Amino acid sequence: MAAFFVRRTVGAALVCVAVTFVVFLIFIVVPGGDPAQRIAGKNATQQNIVNIRHSWGFDQPFYVQYWRMLKKMFSGTLVSYTSQQNVIQQIKQGMPATFSLTIGAGIIWLLFGISVGVIAAVTAGRLSDRVITVLALIGISMPVFWLGIVARYYLAEGGLTSIFPDGEYVPFTQSPVQWFWHLLLPWLVLAVLFIGFYGRVLRGNILDTINEDYVRTAKAKGLSRRRILLKHVLRTSLIPIVTLFGLDFAAVLGGGAILTETVFDLHGVGQYAAQSINNFDLPPIMGVTLYGAFFIVVFSVLVDLFYAYLDPRIRPT
Amino acid sequence: MAETLLQVEDLEVHFATEDGIVRAVDGVSFELERGKVLGIVGESGSGKSVTAMTVMGLTRDVNARFSGRVLYKGTDLLQVSESELQEYRGNEIGMIFQDPMTSLNPVYRIGEQIIEAIRAHERVDKRTARRRAVELLRQVGIPNPEARVDDFPHQFSGGMRQRAMIAMALSCNPSILIADEPTTALDVTIQAQIIELIGRLKDEFDSGVILITHDLGVVADIADEIVVMYAGRIVERGATRDLFYDPQMPYTWGLLGSIPRLDRPRPRRLHTIKGSPPSLINLPRGCSFRPRCPYAFEKCVEEPALENRVGTPGHLDRCWLDVEFKRAHRDEAIAGGATEAA
Repeated sequence: MAAFFVRRTVGAALVCVAVTFVVFLIFIVVPGGDPAQRIAGKNATQQNIVNIRHSWGFDQPFYVQYWRMLKKMFSGTLVSYTSQQNVIQQIKQGMPATFSLTIGAGIIWLLFGISVGVIAAVTAGRLSDRVITVLALIGISMPVFWLGIVARYYLAEGGLTSIFPDGEYVPFTQSPVQWFWHLLLPWLVLAVLFIGFYGRVLRGNILDTINEDYVRTAKAKGLSRRRILLKHVLRTSLIPIVTLFGLDFAAVLGGGAILTETVFDLHGVGQYAAQSINNFDLPPIMGVTLYGAFFIVVFSVLVDLFYAYLDPRIRPT
Repeated sequence: MAETLLQVEDLEVHFATEDGIVRAVDGVSFELERGKVLGIVGESGSGKSVTAMTVMGLTRDVNARFSGRVLYKGTDLLQVSESELQEYRGNEIGMIFQDPMTSLNPVYRIGEQIIEAIRAHERVDKRTARRRAVELLRQVGIPNPEARVDDFPHQFSGGMRQRAMIAMALSCNPSILIADEPTTALDVTIQAQIIELIGRLKDEFDSGVILITHDLGVVADIADEIVVMYAGRIVERGATRDLFYDPQMPYTWGLLGSIPRLDRPRPRRLHTIKGSPPSLINLPRGCSFRPRCPYAFEKCVEEPALENRVGTPGHLDRCWLDVEFKRAHRDEAIAGGATEAA
């Protein structure tokens, strides 16, 4: 077990470093990326640019620049090229909104995704299954930016009603009620896609598992339908859902809900990432990438551990 | 006269499929008494497993149609509701399956799965149930059961898993044990042990056993009566001794001929029954074995009834051939000569 943790931690650290390095390289290679020109502004003289290039260290070899950027990142002094604001501070400011969005939406999509999958599988072939399947397909096919804007227009901006607040994030500490109220639409919009997807995956898994020999054995033992479904079918069917959820949850936590955050103007990490990419602003992109990679690797370790708990066959002996 | 546990009368099981109605079981009748072993023998697709699973209500489905009666101690299990049937499954009738590798749930410990079976039918606390699980594992010959009860299925060998399955099936002391090809997936050396175990436990638990197999050799020593099934019907039925020493159906000869034997001169190659079983959607007219039978003659297009043609009480078959003709020709058929010529 200890060996497992050491191995995974070292691996995770390497992945994070590698990801930042790749992002850095892409930035160097992509045309139009000269940060000195952007910092100098529109009316800068050639001398200005050269000065900036020198004082910011852009004339150094790329590995030196990379190394200095990592050092600044870990000492918390990394600043944006365009706004000169501290990157770590900005990410920290975005985290409450992103965390609130992720946790709420995650709970909704997991609960509804599982319910939808179970109901569809239990009634497979009947009307409720077909309705759910069609709805799930619609849910999967709707792009978040479209659904988000439509929801905002009709439910918050008076298209139909304006009972929902129109975007923005209210901190929980400021007003729990407003926090919830402001997040409700983003939660639902973000969850819709995952609900449809999880429901379909789970439905398929359950229908596969129901035909397993050990489910027939459970039936032959005289167990009730309900118990067979909950104890023998669902447990194995949920294993792939655990992987999906772990990685999806980590991605959204790591700022992956760029569209949802932007559409609803939540000022989370995802929106910060979107802005930085727009501005071609390397330090925040690096910061957000590392931040996102961190969650992905942490959650993939958690998923592995939970996997071992769910399936004794893959436990290390 | 021993107590009759199970009486299957004219059982029909039909499944509606896109290609037509599959007559999986077509008018099957047999009885099982306490303390007896009934062997059901036939090829894949002969309806033997469907028959057994129907007794347990495991074939119930929107596309399945049943007729006839399955009387367990006088109650027709075909008429019992699904929730009432749960009381019979495991409790009155236990069942073990062909593949012990996949028949146990891989994510639960062996003990948990046995305890679950016990507690599905009896109000006992976990500790008592666990003690019984250990005792059962000991009875089926699992060494060191106190420790092995906490193992997961993947830590058991195939033979041990089948033993655990048997322990689970017997955990509520059922009157009937149905074993559906219990040895097919096991090593030959383990097969005999499992069959012997089933025979011993039948006496210890004072139950009746239905043993389903495609291998007459498996039931030779243990069965009291044998039913031979072909294409959803019983084609021959009789006491084990009669069936082995005076077999009446050429199909039974084929099954007998396909067992490798050490006590006879070795044939050049092991006998096989030519062809494959007919489609259960579109059965041949008359005797369903006719297309594969080397002795078929004109009369075989007429449907033969399952009746006593030999004179030995309880020995029934569906063959039009003359009994004396068959007695004269079957030895060479079983040795492989007849089909070679045919």
